[in-house]
Amino acid sequence: MSVLLVAEHDNLNLKAFTFNAITAASKMDADIHVLVAGYECESVSKEVASIPLVKKVLLCDSQNYQNYLPENLAPLVTKVSEKYDHIVASANTFGKNFMPRVAAALDVSQVSDVIKINGPETFLRPIYAGNAFATVKSNDKKKCVTIRPTSFDPAPKTGGSAQIEKVEAAPVPNTSKFIKREETKSERPELGTARIVISGGRGMQSGENFKLINSIADKLNAAVGASRAAVDAGYIGNDHQVGQTGKVVVPDLYIAVGISGAIQHLAGMKESKIIVAINKDGEAPIFSVADYGLEADLFTALPEFLAELNKLNTIQK
Amino acid sequence: MKVLVAVKRVIDYNVQIRVKEDGSGVNTDNVKMSTNPPDDNAIEEAVKLKESGKVKEIVAVTIGGEKAQETVRKALAVGADRGIYVKADSYIEPLGIAKILKKVVEKEKPDMVFLGKQAIDDDCNQTGQMLAAILNWPQGTFASKINLKDKTMEIVREIDEGLETLEINLPAVVTCDLRLNEPRFASLPNIMKAKKKTIDQMNAKDLGVDITNRIQQLKVEEPPKRKGGIKVSSVAELVSKLKNEAKVI
Repeated sequence: MSVLLVAEHDNLNLKAFTFNAITAASKMDADIHVLVAGYECESVSKEVASIPLVKKVLLCDSQNYQNYLPENLAPLVTKVSEKYDHIVASANTFGKNFMPRVAAALDVSQVSDVIKINGPETFLRPIYAGNAFATVKSNDKKKCVTIRPTSFDPAPKTGGSAQIEKVEAAPVPNTSKFIKREETKSERPELGTARIVISGGRGMQSGENFKLINSIADKLNAAVGASRAAVDAGYIGNDHQVGQTGKVVVPDLYIAVGISGAIQHLAGMKESKIIVAINKDGEAPIFSVADYGLEADLFTALPEFLAELNKLNTIQK
Repeated sequence: MKVLVAVKRVIDYNVQIRVKEDGSGVNTDNVKMSTNPPDDNAIEEAVKLKESGKVKEIVAVTIGGEKAQETVRKALAVGADRGIYVKADSYIEPLGIAKILKKVVEKEKPDMVFLGKQAIDDDCNQTGQMLAAILNWPQGTFASKINLKDKTMEIVREIDEGLETLEINLPAVVTCDLRLNEPRFASLPNIMKAKKKTIDQMNAKDLGVDITNRIQQLKVEEPPKRKGGIKVSSVAELVSKLKNEAKVI
């Protein structure tokens, strides 16, 4: 039997995490079909068709799906899911929003935020903000699964030529209306996929002081993150938040500046390959997960850090 | 208008949890418990709407063992008018919880159901969306701003890319983000007054819904520990380590 993956895109391009979700789906079943539901999104269906792991693309092009309203999208996914054993999406705000509606409509208990696939029925998922890992087995006939994208490598993008099949739209309830989306545009890499992330916490003391972080981010081609405390204090937008209720990041290098290391923050970054902590409080819990800890005042350390980076002949991009 | 707010009792967010040695779960004996943090935001938002005159009645509901009632009592102390306690002897998955809440909704006929966006114990992030689905209601998930109108509500949602604004028809389900508001503390007089408010009881088994769990928890274990790191004495040493030892820059 096959797996149905719901693609995340912006009607023009596939979102990067869909490639990670495809890798995860391939560990449940090799017969992967991808649903592309959107408006004037044919280019997306072609992009998906060229992914070698994908066997078939289901394209549903209708204005109803332009903004992925879950009230509209879930009935379509539910209808299409009839022929599938697994329904899969990323455990980001896209998948979290609509997948439980599909699961409930199918009377299935969803398995959320899976980080490892042990077999078609058995999954590993973090609980308690990643302070425990649970191995779970789904006894439902159909499985609705959301996967944590950063726990899976992205699937190869080109070389495939899957067939594209058009599917009919499903009835919509007309109970919700999209008004607007305010996306933060940045020249820097995306937080979720960046190779290096530098984050600031309450220790930054103001939004203005984030320029110290920004200049290092520019030098390292890094994404800028933040703790919840920094976001709540209004220093930086919510889309920068790393943690249990923000984004989970797994970069090669994570630099935590002025972040004490609350459980909620650690949940979002402690799987990073190398962690650096810069904090003037030597007892801060962030040091317990840091590979390299520097006990120093960030207002002197950050300018020095930039100066040292400027001395290097080469910096990996 | 009337709001139903669902609250859950969980291990307090400041507690460092312990995995049981036999791998059967997480130790909850003699551990500080409290209301799931975003559920406090859900209650707070309902109380603010009542203070603004838009909401007439707030009903707080919880599902769980006897002690789960503490969360309803807390909601009553902060401003909910009435409570409902649905007794359940063991863990029920979000799907079962959604079915129970649907029964409560059918009885109470609220215009809105508020919940926290995610429980910090099982981190499922499902209940609100599932409830909305089986009621066939619209949903506003991860809400950081609510503007209640006559027959609709405008919701600002926190999404990965930034913020999204929706207008959804009532009745509706809203799952609340931590940034929606600043939950207040209950004053002592209000805690005393809350003791006089009623909490109706029901039993999950008697509601005529299938709440059998579908997911078997095979094993709970501690995540792999990170190897202890080192402290560096200067920025120059840090940069040198990153360049030559870790080779990440």
